[in-house]
Amino acid sequence: MSILVNKDTKVIVQGFTGGEGTFHAQQCLDYGTRIVGGVTPNKGGQEHLGKPVFNTVAEAVDATGATVSMVFVPPAFVADAVMEAAEAGIELAVIITEGAPVKDMQKAKAHAVKHGMKTIGPNCPGVITADECKIGIMPGMIFKKGNVGLISKSGTLTYEGANQVVKEGYGITTAVGIGGDPIIGLSYKQLLPMFEADPETEAIVMIGEIGGDLEIQAAKLIKEQITKPVVAFIAGQTAPKGKRMGHAGAIISGSAGTAKEKMDALEAAGVRVVVSPADIGKAVAEVLKK
Amino acid sequence: MNIHEYQAKQIFAQYGVPTPRGIIANSVDEAVNAAKELGGDIWVVKAQIHAGGRGLGGGVKLAKSLDEVKRYADEILGMTLVTHQTGPEGKLVQKVYIEEGADIKDELYLGVVLDRAKEMPVIMASTEGGMDIETVAEESPEKIVKVAVDPAIGFQGFHGRALVFGLGITDKLEQRKMIDFASKLYNVYMDKDAEMIEINPLIKTGSGEFIALDGKMGFDDSALFRHPDIEEMRDLSEEDPDEREASQYGLSYIALDGEIGCMVNGAGLAMGTMDTINYMGGTPANFLDVGGSANAETVAKGFEIILKNPKVKAIFVNIFGGIVRCDRIANGILEATKQVDVHVPVIVRLDGTNAPEAAEILKNANIKNVIPATDLADGAQKAVAAAKGEL
Repeated sequence: MSILVNKDTKVIVQGFTGGEGTFHAQQCLDYGTRIVGGVTPNKGGQEHLGKPVFNTVAEAVDATGATVSMVFVPPAFVADAVMEAAEAGIELAVIITEGAPVKDMQKAKAHAVKHGMKTIGPNCPGVITADECKIGIMPGMIFKKGNVGLISKSGTLTYEGANQVVKEGYGITTAVGIGGDPIIGLSYKQLLPMFEADPETEAIVMIGEIGGDLEIQAAKLIKEQITKPVVAFIAGQTAPKGKRMGHAGAIISGSAGTAKEKMDALEAAGVRVVVSPADIGKAVAEVLKK
Repeated sequence: MNIHEYQAKQIFAQYGVPTPRGIIANSVDEAVNAAKELGGDIWVVKAQIHAGGRGLGGGVKLAKSLDEVKRYADEILGMTLVTHQTGPEGKLVQKVYIEEGADIKDELYLGVVLDRAKEMPVIMASTEGGMDIETVAEESPEKIVKVAVDPAIGFQGFHGRALVFGLGITDKLEQRKMIDFASKLYNVYMDKDAEMIEINPLIKTGSGEFIALDGKMGFDDSALFRHPDIEEMRDLSEEDPDEREASQYGLSYIALDGEIGCMVNGAGLAMGTMDTINYMGGTPANFLDVGGSANAETVAKGFEIILKNPKVKAIFVNIFGGIVRCDRIANGILEATKQVDVHVPVIVRLDGTNAPEAAEILKNANIKNVIPATDLADGAQKAVAAAKGEL
C-alpha cells in the first residue's frame, strides 16, 4: 500500500517532448513508472520515448486511460495546461514547473478543485511511491521501500530526510514534495489523513518552512486526527525577516509564519520537532522504536 | 520586485485611483523647480527608498516655502535613511518626490495582498491609518476589515459594502467614493500581477475626497515577463549588488551577518543548512542556493561572491544531488580554487547523484583547505569548528 500513486498508475506527461519533459520522463520510465503517453500540441501522432504523443489531454486520456499527468509545461503556459487536464478528467496533476505566476496558479487551482482534480505543486519534486512509481524529478535510488510517509515543501530536504530514514534502516512508503509557492495543491492537511489511513505507513515525516500557515493548520489537524507518530522540521529559523529565500512562499512578513511559531504549534500537537534537519533520521528511529 | 512610491502613484493614476499631484526630483534644483511647477504654498518633500517608516527617520518633510523645499531637499538627498525596514545600515536617498500639500481630515489604511489560506486576494482596510499596520493587527485586530475577492467573479458591490460598513463610513457619497477607490485598486492589483499594494495613509480630505497619500507596490517576480512596463521601473541601486550579480548566474544569494559561508542546492536545504550551523553554535554568513542547473562556472562564481565578504572564516558546501550532479560541483570547486584565492577552509559534503565520482575527483585533486564531510551533521560541525579556528 501507499498513497496517491502505485505500480498500476497510468501517467501521461504534459510538455512531453521538451528538454526537461524528455529527460525526466525517461528517468521515470527507467524507474518503472507506467508512462503511457504524452501531450505536446502539434506533435500528435508522433512517438516519443516509445510512447504515443497527443495534441490534447482529452485525446491522451481517451486513448490511454491515464489518470495522472506529470506537467513540465513552461511557466507562462502551465496554468492553461493544468486547466486542460482538469477538464479532460485527469484525477491528479503533478506540476513540476518552477516560476509559475501566482495569479495563474490561483486560477488553475480553483478550476482543478471545481473539476475534482487533485494537484501537487507547482515548483516541486513530485511524488514517489518507493519501488513502484516515481512521478517527478527526485533521484529514485534514495527512496528505499519502508514504512515512513514523507511530506515536504522543499525538494532537497525531501532527499535529505528520505536518505536519513533509509540510513537508519527504515524506508519510505510514499514521499510527496508539495512545493513552497504561495498557492499549492495538496498540502499537509489533505496528505496527513491519507498517510493515517495507509496501513503500511507507521510514521510520518513532515518538512515545512517559514511563510504561510499550512504548518499551523497541520498542527491542529494532527492533534485531532492523527494517531501515528509525526516528526517535523521547519526550515528558516535563521532566515532574516522580509527576505525571500528562494521559494516564493518562504518570505516572512510580520509575525505570522515564523519558524518558531510553527515549531511551537507542532510541538503542542505532540509532534516530535527537530531543530536541525540532520536529526530527522534519528528522530524517526526513536518514534518507531517506542 | 518593489518600486518607489512615485512609481506606484503613476500606476494608481493610470487606473483612476486618486493621488496628489507630484514631481520626482534628482537634485535640489529639480526639487525647487518641481515645487514651482506644482504651485501652491505648501509641499511635501519625500525621500524615495524601498522601505516604510520614512517619516519617522526624517525622510518626509512638510515645506511651507520654496526656501524650505530647497533646505529639506538638500537635507534629504544624499542622506542615509534608517527606518525599521532598512536595517541598521540604512539606505542612501537618491531621489525626492515633491508633492502638493493635502488637507488631511482622516487617515485610513488600504491594502491588497494574497490570502494564502483562502487562496484569493484580500482587501485590508483600517481606520487606523498612518500607523504600522502590523502593530494594529497585533494590538487591535478588530480595527482591520478584511474582504477576500474571488478573482472568478471580481470586485462586486457586496465586497464594497462590506468594506465601507466595516470602516464605519455612513455618508452615502463617501461610501460610493471609497467603493470606487477600492475597486480600482483591486484592478491595479490583478492587472499588474502585484504581490502587495499598501496605501498608508489613505486620507480623507476636508471636502470628503479619498486620496492615496502614500503608495507601496511589490510584484510577483514570476509574472514580470508579461509586464515590461513594470520591469522598466526596476531601480538597480535599491538592490544588493552581490545578490544581483548572483542572480545573473542563476544563483540565489542573500548576505547575512555570520561567519560561515554556505553553498547549497535547493532553498529548503539551504535554509536547513543555516539552521544546522546555528544549532551547532556557528553563524551563517549567507543564504546561497546554486539551483538545479549548477555547473563548474556557477559554483566558481558562488565562491567568488561568498569570499567577497571579509567576515567569512569557513565555507560549507552542502549538496544533495538530485538533478544536480555531484561530480559537476566537485569540478566547480576545482575550478574555483584556480580562479579565486580560497583562503578559508572549505568543508564539502556531496551526497546523492554521482557522489562517489565527486569524492574521487576531490581526492585526486588534493587541494589544500578542502575538507570532506560525510553528512549534514558532520559537515556543519566541521564548518563551525573551522570558523573558530579549531579544525
